Amino acid sequence: MSTIATLDLTPRPGAAPLHRMVLAQAGAEIRAMLRNGEQLLLTMIIPILLLVGFSTAPLVDVGGGARVDFVAPGILALAVMSTAFTGQAIATGFERRYGVLKRLGATPLSRAGLLLAKTVAVVAVEALQVVVIVAVALALGWSPHGDPLWALPLLLLGTAAFSGLGLLMAGTLRAEATLAGANLVYLVLLGLGGVLFPLDRVPAGVQHVLGLLPISALTSGLRTVLSDGGGFPGGPLLVLLCWTVAALALAARTFRWE
Amino acid sequence: MPGVDSTFESTLGSAGDGAPAVEIDGLVKRYGSTTAVDGLSLTCARGAVTAILGPNGAGKTSTIEICEGFRRPDGGTVRVLGLDPADPALRPRLGIMPQTGGVPPAARAGEWLRVVSRFYAHPLDPDALLGLLGLADHRRTPYRRLSGGQQQRLSLAAAVIGRPELVFLDEPTAGLDPQARHACWDLVAALRAAGVSVVLTTHQMDEAEKLSDHVVVIDHGRVVAEGTPASLTGAERQLRFRARPGLDLEELLAALPPGSAAKESPSGHYIIEGQVGPQLLATVTAWCATEGVTTEDLRIERRTLEDVFLELTGRELR
Repeated sequence: MSTIATLDLTPRPGAAPLHRMVLAQAGAEIRAMLRNGEQLLLTMIIPILLLVGFSTAPLVDVGGGARVDFVAPGILALAVMSTAFTGQAIATGFERRYGVLKRLGATPLSRAGLLLAKTVAVVAVEALQVVVIVAVALALGWSPHGDPLWALPLLLLGTAAFSGLGLLMAGTLRAEATLAGANLVYLVLLGLGGVLFPLDRVPAGVQHVLGLLPISALTSGLRTVLSDGGGFPGGPLLVLLCWTVAALALAARTFRWE
Repeated sequence: MPGVDSTFESTLGSAGDGAPAVEIDGLVKRYGSTTAVDGLSLTCARGAVTAILGPNGAGKTSTIEICEGFRRPDGGTVRVLGLDPADPALRPRLGIMPQTGGVPPAARAGEWLRVVSRFYAHPLDPDALLGLLGLADHRRTPYRRLSGGQQQRLSLAAAVIGRPELVFLDEPTAGLDPQARHACWDLVAALRAAGVSVVLTTHQMDEAEKLSDHVVVIDHGRVVAEGTPASLTGAERQLRFRARPGLDLEELLAALPPGSAAKESPSGHYIIEGQVGPQLLATVTAWCATEGVTTEDLRIERRTLEDVFLELTGRELR
């Protein structure tokens, strides 16, 4: 039988190459996200149910055109928000609470490496969401019009903005407050951000303010590109850029690792 | 992005070689109006096991967390392997076992240890390590479903997986059953044999006595005594026995050679100090015979580290 004495414990310290550390940590984060039931509900099940429900039943007057053409871009935006903001805020808040972030700080994985790993994991899960949502939407008769390449910068900048907001929340509030707050913000933005309900029903003044929300910018940008076949979505990208810079700068200043 | 990470290894050779494992001078740490560490100085030698002993709230964890780079000192200097504890070049060279937690509750034991092993250039094999620590059947068990002792052993595994030069263990055997405690002791002994420096905190005197080359007793944020376990307990021997409470020790002392001391502590437990040898033993047993006292558990032994600890830090509960 082998015993502890058979271990070669002779010191041989060294950090792994950055890419190996980041991929290992990103893999762990992806597994954690896909195994967590509540997270899957938020990131996969709710968006798909809303997509199917609002595309097939006359719940909202979307103006002319097929319902799914209006709903699908909104659901893509919702998917980005659910993973980059709600899911990431809650997971990171509890990692902070359980000392996971502190423990990782004692390994060769730097904080920048950890943030990179989180980004890789969020983008990977979003890619999975996009594939599933697009497949379901196409099955429901969705016919996107514009150049889907313009959707890419919107999705990426939306991810950055929502990640910044999620980390801002996770790094400053208690884990329970983050849990409650991130879910509340998700619901409020789902209701007010033009995801399912067109913003053109509300008074113009309110509409302008709501249009500056990150979710509205992402939704309207995706809708302009994918439903209306519009080109470069400059306005929405500018709004998302402002949110990204503000949220990340504030998160970097206020984030407490334990 | 810190491309520097990949160059840690190449800078190792020169960084702080020959420096002690830990060198602390005049360390001060305050939390609000409470001073947790109050001018503490100590040195932990390379390749040795140093045990930091102290009652709850003595400043053990604050001191060790400053060495680990988790907290910044309010005063004094701390050098770990010759470097500032915040220096990122230290990260791959240190193994750390925090007092609690640090593992995501849903993470599976084997997967988590494998992820941690991927952060190091020359890690131990995670599965072999889990097997040796008795966790082979729990590779797929989520951390939160492990028992307290199993969680501690997983944390211990993570502290050594990267083949560090210096390991910090904060109360490594707290809450462990005897088997797990012995597994931990075996691991510390193996680390020492391999030339790894170990700094551990503990409440358990037998642990410090058994494992360590150097013991530092701290209280109220200062060092109150330090030395090898043998030098702290001293060469003096004691005669101990149990008997009915309330023996007349004045009368016993009169029969003993001058310079002897006798005390009852706690009730029914007697300790005789002085020139402990055959003569004294014979005198005590003869006196007991004439008094009709039956002694139990009579033995001659050295003071234990626990005796020294209680003398130094008092019996008051805190």
